[in-house]
Amino acid sequence: MTSEDNTIGAMALTELPDRKGFLKPHRIILMAIAAVLVFCAAWFMRWDWLPEYGWRLAQGVGVTLLMLVSTCILGFLFAVPLGLVQVTGPWPLKMLARGFCTVIRGTPLLLQLWLLYYGLGSLFPQFPAIRQSFLWPYLREAWPYGVAALTMSFAAYEGEVMRGAFAGVPAGELEAGRAYGMSRWKVFRRIWLPRAIHRALPTLNGETVLQLKATPLVATITVIDVYAVVSKIRQMTYLTYEPLLLLALIYLCLTAILVVAFRALENKIPTRGA
Amino acid sequence: MAADPASLINWSLLALEPPGWGGVLLAGLMNSIKIAVGGYSLGLILGTGGAFGKLYGGPVLKDLLEVYTTLVRAVPELVLILLLYYAGTDLLNQLMAAIGYGPVDISGLAAGIFVIGIVQGAYSTEVLRGAIKAVPAGQIEAARAFGMSSGQIMRRVTMPAMLPHAIPGLSNLWLISTKDTALLAVVGFSELTLVTRQAAGSTKAYLLFFCAAGALYLALTLVSNVIIRLIEARARRGMAAPA
Repeated sequence: MTSEDNTIGAMALTELPDRKGFLKPHRIILMAIAAVLVFCAAWFMRWDWLPEYGWRLAQGVGVTLLMLVSTCILGFLFAVPLGLVQVTGPWPLKMLARGFCTVIRGTPLLLQLWLLYYGLGSLFPQFPAIRQSFLWPYLREAWPYGVAALTMSFAAYEGEVMRGAFAGVPAGELEAGRAYGMSRWKVFRRIWLPRAIHRALPTLNGETVLQLKATPLVATITVIDVYAVVSKIRQMTYLTYEPLLLLALIYLCLTAILVVAFRALENKIPTRGA
Repeated sequence: MAADPASLINWSLLALEPPGWGGVLLAGLMNSIKIAVGGYSLGLILGTGGAFGKLYGGPVLKDLLEVYTTLVRAVPELVLILLLYYAGTDLLNQLMAAIGYGPVDISGLAAGIFVIGIVQGAYSTEVLRGAIKAVPAGQIEAARAFGMSSGQIMRRVTMPAMLPHAIPGLSNLWLISTKDTALLAVVGFSELTLVTRQAAGSTKAYLLFFCAAGALYLALTLVSNVIIRLIEARARRGMAAPA
């Protein structure tokens, strides 16, 4: 799993710059230049649309966060069995889980999203049974397809990570649990799962950041997240750069918050010799 | 999909000649591969420069590269692609106007390669930096003791010694770049995902076309995996099997 960790570490920002020795002489000059750039951006670009759309932007951020949190939790719930059956399951399940991970990881998320939304979305109305079911009001909207696609993607990527994490828990710890007379389920609940999650936490952090970066794709199927709000603003105000720069800033802040939150979580778990 | 009777699937839609859309899909796949290869190569060049700059550059260069990799890794690719696509073409046109030429029409291919290359550059900077750091310092010191110049050290020692460490990360980046090309559909470049959507929209056979495109992407990934395994075996020759 080292290659996977390596890439996720490179792909997703999981470390923030350290504060120690931050203010070196050249940094002060660089920061001054950055401040001038920010000032120029604030002064010479048009930001008068901001108060008008502020509330909608906040709602968009809310939708983005809702998408992120719900799909990460759901995806993780799927990822645990996906990883587990790849380590210990009977071979049909093992093949199935591996096939699912390969297919989802081998195709672009945008394509999966459009397959679900346009493909299934055009298929469902042909079945009267679905049209009359209680699910129909939801299936007519866009967000269930977005949640489904993002959940599957997170489950597949994280399933692979959990496979490595489950396989990496030292066998001696599980044997010790068995020696104490714990049932298989109890060993899983008390030792195997917590240890695996602990091992997977740094990668989980990276995956969550990657998931945040994948959420704007749902805007292409008419879910109104912050990206869609900004696209709307760009159409209404004919501005090219300002809304996009603001959007980049928003995502930058969200990523930083995620990284800090995960760091706090990791620090809460006591580790030996740390 | 199991509920879909086989008679409903109109396979002739995938025919290569014009009433079918197979040829269009394959042309889209070719476009995707072109952008992926171009963007990945540009990213590798940027990444090599970035990694050496981050490790051996001066303090200002190091900080600027840190800002570059941080920004690219913290902002969604979709947003970056939009920003770079508009900003890149805009800047180039202004530059051309400043030199005295009229506005140029930038091909979608060049813009796509540029955008994917900038994004990939940040990631490969990080991958290569990690790989270079994994080269034992003693080997580089030995090369220096032999009196090699820093260019010679890079060519003869650092590059070959870091490759086995870099290849897993770099091959993942290649797979990511093939999938990132799909994002260019949003700016209207006719790569595989966009032509699939057009084909599906005009024939109403959504499931068929999206599954076909998925199969093409999957085939690309699986073929890449085979080639990567060969390259990795060659780069690791003479080394102990990975744990």
